[in-house]
Amino acid sequence: MKLARDTWLIFQRHWLLTVRTPVAVAFGLAQPITYLVLFAPILKLALSAEGVSSYAQAFRVYVPGLLTVMAVIGGMSGGFGLLADIRSGIIERGRVSPMSRLALMLGRALRDVTKVLVDAALITVLALPFGLRVGLGGLLLAFVLLAILSLMSTSFGYALAIWVRNEGTLGQVILTLANPIMLLAGVLLPLTLAPLWMLRIAKWNPFYWATNGMRALYAGQLGAFSVWVSLVILVGLVMVTVPWSARMFARAAH
Amino acid sequence: MIKTVGLRKSFHVGKGRKRSTVEAVRGIDLAVSEGETFGFLGPNGAGKTTTLRMLATLIVPDGGDATIAGADLRSQPKEVRSRVGYVAQGGGTWDDVTAREELVLQARMYGIGKAEAVRRAEAALEAFDLADYGDRKCKTYSGGQRRRLDIALGIIHQPIVLFLDEPTAGLDPQSRAHMWDEVRRLRDLGMTVFITTHYLEEADALCDRIAIIDHGEIVAEGTPDELKREISGDVVAVALNGSAGRAAELLRAEPYVRELEERAEGALRLHVDAGATAIPQIMRVLEGEGVPLGGIELHRPSLDDVFLTKTGRSLRDS
Repeated sequence: MKLARDTWLIFQRHWLLTVRTPVAVAFGLAQPITYLVLFAPILKLALSAEGVSSYAQAFRVYVPGLLTVMAVIGGMSGGFGLLADIRSGIIERGRVSPMSRLALMLGRALRDVTKVLVDAALITVLALPFGLRVGLGGLLLAFVLLAILSLMSTSFGYALAIWVRNEGTLGQVILTLANPIMLLAGVLLPLTLAPLWMLRIAKWNPFYWATNGMRALYAGQLGAFSVWVSLVILVGLVMVTVPWSARMFARAAH
Repeated sequence: MIKTVGLRKSFHVGKGRKRSTVEAVRGIDLAVSEGETFGFLGPNGAGKTTTLRMLATLIVPDGGDATIAGADLRSQPKEVRSRVGYVAQGGGTWDDVTAREELVLQARMYGIGKAEAVRRAEAALEAFDLADYGDRKCKTYSGGQRRRLDIALGIIHQPIVLFLDEPTAGLDPQSRAHMWDEVRRLRDLGMTVFITTHYLEEADALCDRIAIIDHGEIVAEGTPDELKREISGDVVAVALNGSAGRAAELLRAEPYVRELEERAEGALRLHVDAGATAIPQIMRVLEGEGVPLGGIELHRPSLDDVFLTKTGRSLRDS
């Protein structure tokens, strides 16, 4: 009960801050929209050998991949704002209060998760005029998957930031980690096009499963193998990253 | 109200072969009674903030124990947190929210209900002279206003003990005077206030009792008057027309001069047993050697003189 109340308090404050900086929110969406408009059309042609013949089909492949990227990169980048708050003493102000240690981290992380979900909803809506069609059941389950993915990468991002303790280094670390992870998840082009050795490695990448699960859900295949595998993997990972992150939070200092 | 025994903390600095250990706090024993304003005076890097951060549950001590407002620091950190207020040196507010929003959130963070939090925020804005700016964003605040807000945040839950880390560092003289009034007001309300400062005047003006800390250890403790009285004797300030080098050399040789400190260009500070008899002797020595004297003054010892006697350095220099 106290955990829920404390988390809600922290969440409300961070959400207020997000709403008060609409410019940052708008620029955060600029990149995914650019990819949507300038990359997805190429995909229709590139995947013609795979049987993709319409924009609707291309978007059904591309949008889930894009959402995965937004959740992973967006989540890991949450560490930048955290470092600023550590420096300004805001994190310590929370730590000297009797607030639940987990809530201090979770309230903040849930703001980032909510932001990803709102952005994902906007991207999905923007893709509708291009011909994207999604069933409601698949969409809802896809958003559940996206929320868990986002919570995992956000909590991981916080722990990483506290560990690295420097914005410049953090940027490098995120790029170094995110690039192979994203490419081996087939977020741009599905890995059905990849050589076998890449596919073998990719099967060990949780984000490969998440991307495939999202794609299956956007295609309306609620019972697909990849959907359930990715849910199990991500729930397992969240159980590790959230406590780890909360521990790092409880010790975060200048 | 606060009692510590042998509180210790060291940090590792550097990496690889350059890695070394810095003993920031080396065994602090303190006792602060209820309603007292206690000052922790020392130069930057003496271990003041580290001690405070241990008492506020932010870092875990390597050794020693402490009891704060009846709660054990090690076994009851939650109780300590709800009974103390802590105002960090740099504060800790978001730029894009208003003081009122910050105060309400802070009260809620300490478990206070919404209606009561709103009421307390209003009262705090009033009490800390912030009512006119309560609905402005924190980023528009001046240094003094921001600092008053920091303290208002620190006491919104009516803590038994308040920790203030360098409450006036970087403030202009007027804001500092204002802040001193606020601290005195808190003492009048019966709150136990624990202040760290490297300003002598501040420790002297605000604190009932002072501990002087240097290199992680307490070197002296007592009321400001007791500490000054401990240095028996007087301080004579000598101003010279020109270089003080020759005069320093001559006076150092005099038997009644216990300590001599060269201050700024052409100024000496002498510790003597009795100022009244030393002054004529000093004048005679300098005149006899033809050293031109600009002026001579008799002082009661200051806390800086206490610091100098205990550590061999002046707090102003360190």
